[in-house]
Amino acid sequence: MPVYIGKRLLVAIPTLLIISIFVFSLQKLLPGDPILAMAGEERDPATIAFLREKYHLNDPVIVQYFSWIGGILVGDFGISLRTNQPVLELIGQKLPVTIQLAVMSMILALLIGIPAGILAAVYKNRAWDYIANIVALSGLSVPNFWLGIMLILLVSVNLGWLPASGYESIFVDPVRSIKTMIMPAFVLSTALAAQLMRHTRSAMLGVLSSDYIRTARAKGLSPREIILSHTFRNALLPIVTLSALLFGELLAGAVLTEQIFTIPGFGKLTVDAVFTRDYAVVQGIVMCTAIGFILMNLIADVLYVLLNPRLRATL
Amino acid sequence: MTVIEQTAPTIAKSREKSRAWRKMCANRGSIVGMVIILFFAILAIAAPILPIPDPVATSWSAIRKAPSAAHWMGTDDLGRDILSRMIWGARASLMAGVISVAIAVAIGVPFGLLSGYFGGWVDQVIQRVTEALLAMPFLITAIALAAFLGPSLTNAMIAIGLSAMPIFVRLTRGQVLAVKTEDYVEGARSVGLGHVDIMTRYILPNVFAPIIVQATLTVATAIIAEASLSFLGLGQQAPAPSWGSMLNVAKNFLSQAPWMAMWPGAAIFLVVIGFNLLGDGLRDALDPREN
Amino acid sequence: MKIASLTSALLAGAFLAFPAMSAELRIGLNDDADVLDPAQSRTFVGRLVYTAMCDKLVDISQEMKIVPQLATEWAWSEGGNVLTMKIRDGVKFHDGEVLDAAAVVATIERNMTLPESRRKSELASVAKVEASGPLEVKFTLKSPDVTLLAQLSDRAGMIVSPKAAKELGANFGSKPVCAGPFKFVERIQQDRIVLEKFADYWDKDKILVDKITYLPIPDTTVKLANLRSGDLDIAERISASDAESVKNDPNLTYADVIGPGYMAMYANVANGERADNPLGKDKRLRQAFSLAIDREAISQIVYEGTAMAGNQPFPPSSPWFNKDLAVPARDIEKAKQLMKEAGYETLDIELQHANNTTQTQMMQVIQSMVAEAGFNVSLKATEFATLLSEQTAGNYQLSRSDWSGRIDPDGNLHQFVTCKGGINDVKYCNPEVDKLLDEARTSPDDAVRKEKYDAASVILADDMPIIYLGHQPYAYAISNKVEGFEPSPDGMMRLLGVSKK
Repeated sequence: MPVYIGKRLLVAIPTLLIISIFVFSLQKLLPGDPILAMAGEERDPATIAFLREKYHLNDPVIVQYFSWIGGILVGDFGISLRTNQPVLELIGQKLPVTIQLAVMSMILALLIGIPAGILAAVYKNRAWDYIANIVALSGLSVPNFWLGIMLILLVSVNLGWLPASGYESIFVDPVRSIKTMIMPAFVLSTALAAQLMRHTRSAMLGVLSSDYIRTARAKGLSPREIILSHTFRNALLPIVTLSALLFGELLAGAVLTEQIFTIPGFGKLTVDAVFTRDYAVVQGIVMCTAIGFILMNLIADVLYVLLNPRLRATL
Repeated sequence: MTVIEQTAPTIAKSREKSRAWRKMCANRGSIVGMVIILFFAILAIAAPILPIPDPVATSWSAIRKAPSAAHWMGTDDLGRDILSRMIWGARASLMAGVISVAIAVAIGVPFGLLSGYFGGWVDQVIQRVTEALLAMPFLITAIALAAFLGPSLTNAMIAIGLSAMPIFVRLTRGQVLAVKTEDYVEGARSVGLGHVDIMTRYILPNVFAPIIVQATLTVATAIIAEASLSFLGLGQQAPAPSWGSMLNVAKNFLSQAPWMAMWPGAAIFLVVIGFNLLGDGLRDALDPREN
Repeated sequence: MKIASLTSALLAGAFLAFPAMSAELRIGLNDDADVLDPAQSRTFVGRLVYTAMCDKLVDISQEMKIVPQLATEWAWSEGGNVLTMKIRDGVKFHDGEVLDAAAVVATIERNMTLPESRRKSELASVAKVEASGPLEVKFTLKSPDVTLLAQLSDRAGMIVSPKAAKELGANFGSKPVCAGPFKFVERIQQDRIVLEKFADYWDKDKILVDKITYLPIPDTTVKLANLRSGDLDIAERISASDAESVKNDPNLTYADVIGPGYMAMYANVANGERADNPLGKDKRLRQAFSLAIDREAISQIVYEGTAMAGNQPFPPSSPWFNKDLAVPARDIEKAKQLMKEAGYETLDIELQHANNTTQTQMMQVIQSMVAEAGFNVSLKATEFATLLSEQTAGNYQLSRSDWSGRIDPDGNLHQFVTCKGGINDVKYCNPEVDKLLDEARTSPDDAVRKEKYDAASVILADDMPIIYLGHQPYAYAISNKVEGFEPSPDGMMRLLGVSKK
């Protein structure tokens, strides 16, 4: 197993290098000059010159690239042009917010998707199955940002049940934290829940039709026991891997959701950084997301192997 | 990604096609999907000849009027007819969905073919780049690209196409690997056919089914992506309408004119359902395992 | 008996005052502030926060007059080359340090020399600043500059603790130490800025809240929803479309004030190759374009009537506005005639503007208005950073941007239209205008200055390198729980005397 993980990490190196080149070239490609916006309304030439010097924007691109890469290797992702904060610190501030959002929507998705999938499989081709399928299809198809807007309109503006925005750390005020986060988490969870439902359904159907379930039935076990202890446990495997993979998708999906609900997280940081041409932040974000994505994939694969005894033997 | 073992050589193709078609037609979902898509497609194409007001004609006396007999879907912040803008917006949204996927397929499939067919260092290089692209979240890549190219509908399509491209590289490569060792490919090779011939005449036709399925489903994603970019102001530019940019404006008038936000969102929802239904139907119809 | 009643009165007062003192004021900002260092700051929203945190040498009154704050009195020398200021006695910084003449000198010097400082151009006329007594500061100028006082009423005049400034250097913004009524507690990017009452403030009796939390919420619907649910007490710069619903809400109060800034379109008349176009070369076309715009209607459509139509860098409500040049009514016939004189039936124009919904809406309104005179305007939306770089580089034909406005009229005009003006992006150059505006800088007599500005505005209205459209309001929605809040004409939120039930 360690050998396998080591190999995977080794393969990730060229991938990350390519990303770094791509992401760095963005700085050269993006039109507009953040320094002009930073120099203040008067745009004093001396200030502009100073800022260019300070952020090494006058150096040749190659020099800039290597000093950036060198910085990353020692954990220095540069300094935000806009706020003067170290990029890593900024990301460290925002990531917990988005992770809370992602975890909450993951939980919601699991709570909705898995029971719905089981229900649909058990009642295949009956009312419950159709309803679950239609709901799943809707969940997959609804544009997140529109659902968000409509929920704000209905739940916050018209009914006044939940706050329309804001963020409170779960460690400071758990009740308020959940109240502000539940709506965005739900919006973000729809597509996930739908995918989970579909996969649970087909995994369950696969197991239900297998020989040992037939044997279990023949042995006279109750349907409840069969479904919960035999079928579901075996169907769990693909669901777990899928969940790990989808987690990455969640982080990306947070971009618009955070924009709508003005949640000060990773996604909002991203959009703001692109729009204000805060190069260091954009670069840091994409690098971090890519590293995270590669790690999540690795974890998904490792989990898959660990949960599958037959594969475990091969390693 | 569903890996479909396509074993049938090209001779059996036409028969298979009609069988797949029959299966498709027996699937209620895909019929509904097709009807939805056709409905919007016809509207979009017929927009110039429909008896609707000019979508960019402003009217200062009819600003943000609720739906009425004169304006079935109401008017927007500049007194323009929302129904007309919805119909013209369908053009932008459908075009964005289809063209960006066309870009993704046109670039992704050839690279996937090369990668899977030749293997070796070609494969390595293409795979590493694909992995790199896949490791960056789709929407973030699209936003960055769209910002780089400058806000416009065309650029949004290019940005979405490029961001969606790696999926097709992956998919095609996987398919090619599965087909490459089939007898008919080996046969073609032993007869001495060139690489190009083998790829275009023997491999491509046999890996196309899953690509079509994926393309259909990606159109759905692309339509949402275009709406998302337009929502951030990076897509269709004013005064021309697209559903996403209509939503972008509408979010400022939510409590005063909720209808401005309702229609475009509902339309995106419907069209995306259409493409998802059609894609699912296609997948079932083209999946030989269920025969 | 007397003493007893006095004590009980005091006690009652203390008890009554207590609940008010525990109040927290939550304020919804339109966007997030940048670095919280008065020397480095560049955003409007940053200034909003400083108003509560950092006192300045002088302040601006409701009548837009310069009034004492940290400086109690000041005097210009004969000839206007030296400004002497008396500093308030007994003022302390948030870290307990004493604010004296030395601290003022240190701050001004920091503003002038810190490499990161954005205040250099504002203090460009200062040759030397020195302490002429423990509580007296002397500014010696390179040449007479009456606008200096106005500069000292803003970030350039915010006095920071020399000790903290020395310790933190360019990182001062991470933990700013000033001498305002509220002191810095914490800041989380894009989420909140928290300040708390400064117990040793020189005018502490007027501090009626305990804590202020600023929350950046760009989305107007979300901001209002939070206000209605009680999560916010004040929302600043609410969108005009919400004015009506705020007025109709019994729990909220609406307040607005026209700011000192302006909205305008800049016509590239001489900045690079792209100035070589009919609109840039022929002033009649620019006049025609301007005449085809219904400024009053823009205010109605885009700002629900809360903005003020205008044709000069100062709002019609300002004493500096030239009343002989009234805001023109829309005149399509005259516009067409001017077009004809210039030799055009129709003209294609590319108009760049910032990529946000209000701007896009406003530009579409103008696009549709000028179309009737024969202008085919194509809109080009760009992000703000791009808009600025295109504007500086001269890569535009017509560019729409705002100026937040300065208290002194010089700040709204000189740098935009003088030949060597720092932000003269249109590259307009007219020696006569230069002469008038330079002279207006040196005279301490407002009547003399007004004459010069009036004369310049006549020339500018004819040449029209900048097409002024109007003046934006600062609009607030305020919860009825808040008492004593009054919008200031400079758009700042002055929170002394504001309490919460």
